[in-house]
Amino acid sequence: MIPAIVVFIYLAVVLYVGLFAFRKSTGSKEDFFLASRSLGPWVFLLTVFGTNMTAFAILGSSGLAYQRGIGVYGLMASSSGLIIPLTIFLIGTRLWALGKKHGYMTQVQYFRDRWECDGIGTLIFAVTALMMIPYVVIGMMGGGHTLESLSEGFVPYWLGGAIVAIVVMLYVFFGGMRGVAWVNALQTVLFLLFGAIAFYLISRNLGGYDKIIAEIAADPKQEALLNRSRISPQEFFSYSFIPLSAMMFPHMAIMCLTAEKVTSFKRTVVWYPICILLIWLPSVFLGIVAAHQFPGLKLGESDDVILRLLSDNTDVIVAGVLGAAIMACVMATDSQIMALSTMFSQDVFAHYGGAKKYGETVQVWMGRAFVIVIAIVSYILALALEGQKSIFDLAIRFGFSGFAALAPVMLAALFWRRSNKWGALAAVLWVVLCMAALWWLQVYSNDLAPKPGQAPVAIFAALGDLFLRTPMNVTIYGYMPVMFMCLGSAFWMVLVSLLTPAPTSATLDKFFPAKPKLQTS
Amino acid sequence: MNRAHWLLSIWVLVVFALHQDVWNWQQSGPLWFGMLPPGLTYHLGYSVLAAITMALLVKFAWPAELEAEDDTAKTTDS
Repeated sequence: MIPAIVVFIYLAVVLYVGLFAFRKSTGSKEDFFLASRSLGPWVFLLTVFGTNMTAFAILGSSGLAYQRGIGVYGLMASSSGLIIPLTIFLIGTRLWALGKKHGYMTQVQYFRDRWECDGIGTLIFAVTALMMIPYVVIGMMGGGHTLESLSEGFVPYWLGGAIVAIVVMLYVFFGGMRGVAWVNALQTVLFLLFGAIAFYLISRNLGGYDKIIAEIAADPKQEALLNRSRISPQEFFSYSFIPLSAMMFPHMAIMCLTAEKVTSFKRTVVWYPICILLIWLPSVFLGIVAAHQFPGLKLGESDDVILRLLSDNTDVIVAGVLGAAIMACVMATDSQIMALSTMFSQDVFAHYGGAKKYGETVQVWMGRAFVIVIAIVSYILALALEGQKSIFDLAIRFGFSGFAALAPVMLAALFWRRSNKWGALAAVLWVVLCMAALWWLQVYSNDLAPKPGQAPVAIFAALGDLFLRTPMNVTIYGYMPVMFMCLGSAFWMVLVSLLTPAPTSATLDKFFPAKPKLQTS
Repeated sequence: MNRAHWLLSIWVLVVFALHQDVWNWQQSGPLWFGMLPPGLTYHLGYSVLAAITMALLVKFAWPAELEAEDDTAKTTDS
């Protein structure tokens, strides 16, 4: 119970930070939704990174490494270490400049102007908002599981999830984007600091990692955890498409608009891969160690192995502090809630006349009201879905894949003059259709799913290896569907844009002006 | 794009390709530092290489025109 008390103290501190941010606010919409575009380089780095370090990253990665071995680090982390900062470098800086120049607060506002069409903006709002909900739900689930585990069952899952939902809701409600940014920065520092201590203490208590890894290597049943034999080369390659999701994640786009200067991006771009290394490598490694310590856990059950290691190998106070650090990552869901609130107030309420009719103050309060609605809906979903899906699985299939497949839309908008609304519409509809089809295939093939370690099963015998079912996913010729979704989205974007009229010259002049000549002396 | 931008673009593609280390697939040893399997050590190094790549991009391909636009906007505002 003591670790849980330490976590409660941490939650109180987080709440205080959010309320302190409220005292600093000016009350304007730009202040509530974008922290007055004022984040400096270090806070920006810690916030952007903290935004992506979620329950999925910590609990999901160690849980998946428990099942599938060290390949999980290469599967998601190291490819993210290249692609996400590249995205911030290419896309984030340009979105920031557009936001500063035209006053955009969401990517949908940009799309509406760029594609000269309200409808496409509304469609992208609906699709991205729907895909964000599972991401928020994962945070609630992670919070519930973390508190339940740290309190050894004293705080049940439903209560843990409710506590996390209320704390996040309150500091987002009061602090807005400034509260989210400060809390994220605090959480990232906390996790990096105490994560390192946890890694050392667990090793010391277990007699050294070298001893455990040597035992795993000597055990024929577990040796596969030290190589990539539980991951196919096709899956490993196609997973590289998943980090493209960062291009279209609304919370990433909105976060990019909060930087004070474009130079604030430099530190984030360079240090992002190292931050990923510092968090993911220990998480994956501890997943392997946990497989040695607690063998036999099934998919879904292995999501809290990192917490079990903490409870069993550190003293109660340290376990509590480290639990709080894990809680910090679990609560990165605040950025998603903030993004959904911003999108609703800007892309729906303000766009359809609410801001003009009721004024800026009401718009900010509408954003706050939406924070409450999202938190409650997500909490209810987290209760309904408890125990049904692995955290990692849920995130990948319905959030990351969809956002990654929308990346060509963002790339075309920023870099291809000839792209138009019809191409964007075709690409978005392709993604929606693919996700619906995948959902059906997933449900249809649930009874066929092999156990971990077993070979994939053909879903339709007549179609051979076209659709295969693995323990967790449906694959296409062994590749993750996200790869085909991305390539198809790019194909439709290009083909339909070329077959339909180009954007007007006024729009092209607005978004592709002649480059100013730099003075050289 | 100038020559430096072309070279950097090719470099990024090479780094992307290096992610597919098929030669490490079945290797469980030898262990590095007594505890890191070769596949994990490789990707640890890969993350460092990604950071170096980003530093090169920031140094040699930074979108300076965006800074210029920002400065112009500030001058206009004032």
